[in-house]
Amino acid sequence: MITEQLFTLAWILVKILAILLPLVVVIAYTTFFERKVIGYMQVRIGPNRVGPRGFLQPWADVFKLLLKEIIVPSASNRFLFLLAPILALAPALAAWAVIPFDQQLVLANVNAGLLFLLAMTSLGVYGIVIAGWASNSKYAFLGALRSSAQIISYEIAMGIALIGVLMAAGSLNLTEIVMAQSGNLLSWYWLPLFPLFVVYWIAGVAETNRLPFDLAEGESEIVAGFHVEYAGGAFALFFLAEYANMILISVLTALLFFGGWLSPFQGIPVLEEAFAWVPGIAWLLLKSACFMFMYLWLRATFPRYRYDQVMRLGWKVFIPLTTFWIILVAVAVRLGVGPWF
Amino acid sequence: MTTEFHNYTLNFGPQHPAAHGVLRLVLEMDGEVIQKADPHIGLLHRATEKLVETKPFNQSIGYMDRLDYVSMMCNEHAYVMAIEKLLGFEPPLRAQYIRVMFDEMTRILNHLLWLGAHALDIGAMTVFLYAFREREDLMDCYEAVSGARMHATYYRPGGVYRDLPDSMPQYKPSKWHKAKEVARLNENRQGSLLDFIADFADRFPGCVDTYETLLTDNRIWKQRTVGIGVVSPERAFQLGFTGPMLRGSGIEWDLRKKQPYEVYDRLDFDIPIGRHGDCYDRYLVRVAEMRQSNRIIKQCVKWLRNNPGPVVNNDHKIVPPKRAEMKQSMEALIHHFKLFTEGYCVPEGEAYAAVEHPKGEFGIYLVSDGANKPYRMKIRAPGFAHLAAMEEMVKGHMLADVVAMMGTLDLVFGEIDR
Repeated sequence: MITEQLFTLAWILVKILAILLPLVVVIAYTTFFERKVIGYMQVRIGPNRVGPRGFLQPWADVFKLLLKEIIVPSASNRFLFLLAPILALAPALAAWAVIPFDQQLVLANVNAGLLFLLAMTSLGVYGIVIAGWASNSKYAFLGALRSSAQIISYEIAMGIALIGVLMAAGSLNLTEIVMAQSGNLLSWYWLPLFPLFVVYWIAGVAETNRLPFDLAEGESEIVAGFHVEYAGGAFALFFLAEYANMILISVLTALLFFGGWLSPFQGIPVLEEAFAWVPGIAWLLLKSACFMFMYLWLRATFPRYRYDQVMRLGWKVFIPLTTFWIILVAVAVRLGVGPWF
Repeated sequence: MTTEFHNYTLNFGPQHPAAHGVLRLVLEMDGEVIQKADPHIGLLHRATEKLVETKPFNQSIGYMDRLDYVSMMCNEHAYVMAIEKLLGFEPPLRAQYIRVMFDEMTRILNHLLWLGAHALDIGAMTVFLYAFREREDLMDCYEAVSGARMHATYYRPGGVYRDLPDSMPQYKPSKWHKAKEVARLNENRQGSLLDFIADFADRFPGCVDTYETLLTDNRIWKQRTVGIGVVSPERAFQLGFTGPMLRGSGIEWDLRKKQPYEVYDRLDFDIPIGRHGDCYDRYLVRVAEMRQSNRIIKQCVKWLRNNPGPVVNNDHKIVPPKRAEMKQSMEALIHHFKLFTEGYCVPEGEAYAAVEHPKGEFGIYLVSDGANKPYRMKIRAPGFAHLAAMEEMVKGHMLADVVAMMGTLDLVFGEIDR
């Protein structure tokens, strides 16, 4: 009995590693990809010196960050200062537990998966707030204030957008949400829930503190915001958390609105068979990669919002819009409109 | 028990990514709203005015490049104009056209850096790199005439250092640049410098369109700049604004039109003005100015192509003789020796020469006591007056707007601290 339990535990650990290790590699190469893509968008080349075509650049960065000293400011609260990056990273990684990569491929197929995700993504902000407070630096403090204000406004819009999805699917289980979208490209939720998709995506960008919503970092305003005092490994954890969250939001958008691992050729007579050999996870990664690219594209294109403008956008545009749309969705679900509900 | 709330004091700079060099701002904030902004200057003070008093006139031209180090030749221009005024010296017409052409290229250089930095401060970083692509070409023009990319020391009392070269330097293939790529880069460098400039002038309006597609109608850009830092025309006058800062408030004032110097009265160009006096209007004014400068460059290229001639006055008491001449002529050798050891004496008197610098009115006030060095020089830097208005402009705005405001003021500490 005990051995069986130990075996189960070991099996879960193996599964966790099977998710986290590729995730860390993907994060490392996302930074590389980001620098390259933005480089080409900005008539530059990007890193191309470390390894062939710069492919070892992320590892150079990793080792540089890990080998650097973690400087703890003398006026800071040492315990919270070091706790904050962990608080930022842990939920960003824990959220991956409920992400289904294929119909069977999921670490924890919980029924309240969506709720768990919402909780985990919201927890991440505590890392930022505590980091800003514990640093005892004015710039960091402003960054923390901005971040908490931003999260309050965007978490709500994001939550309401998710309510739309759960009403349409009739489930909080991510696997079931994806399965409810099966049919063809037009039965995915991006079409009936289009405004919710747009709001969810923008709120996701805001939640991960990326341009044009990177107020908490605001390079040119508050230098680096909440992580201005962090160096070396502690900074690396924030960095990891940010990228893990970006990838998470991309994957979630693909799962909730773009049919997850479902083939885009589903329901199209010849193409469906022609692409039947492609594993579902490939489709999911491809869809997520498109959203990752969008992140970079946004960053290269847009100026930064001001703090009050972000709030205005959240409260005066997104929340009314999403509220209105879920009412519409509720009516549509009641009447059983179209192939979706 | 009551708690008294104090304003939050934030030391903004000098080590700050948006401090544009070495600005130190002490901000008093209520939350993120600025109550008081106190700019501290002097961190880049190099005593240029005092240094100039210790050197013969010609040897200080290089210091002028280092004042506003993004519009180098315009600074030189004001200085050599002041000396010329004292000497009663007139440069040849071709030199005047060359100066005007390089002044306008400098204006584009300056405005490109301003545009890039302003956009970067507000968070749009791509414009910065696009602007630097075009700056590179103009830097190459600087290099072609003077040998230096930035601190040219090209203008001299009586003209310019030398005529425009007939060939452009070319890229060479290397380990990183294949022959084919290099051939593409050298495509517009086959002819003379004027051909290269003409090619640039043809290309440049399209580049400005690119920057504008990223910013002008961008909602976020407009939200960040419209209605920010409004200066009324009356206040702009009282604060001593000049250049685009004044024109952004709707006052049509441009030294190139109002007190034409060199050959500006023969050239056809417009003065763009704003209406509301906010950051957005100043942005539009500067972008329009780049287009006007391009127009002027085109006209200058056309004139310069058709009118060869001397580019520097032939009075060897002031202008050094040609090197070849020195090999033959005793007198030329003596002139050369005298000019490079003692310099020349400037008649007693005082003069003020001002140019329409990319940032505003840049003036040099020169007092001579008849010696070979200035008795006193005073620099009228446009940025100084603009920075002084900082507090008035940012009061009541948010921290993020301070950064937008610093961008719109187009601050360069080389000229403010001198």
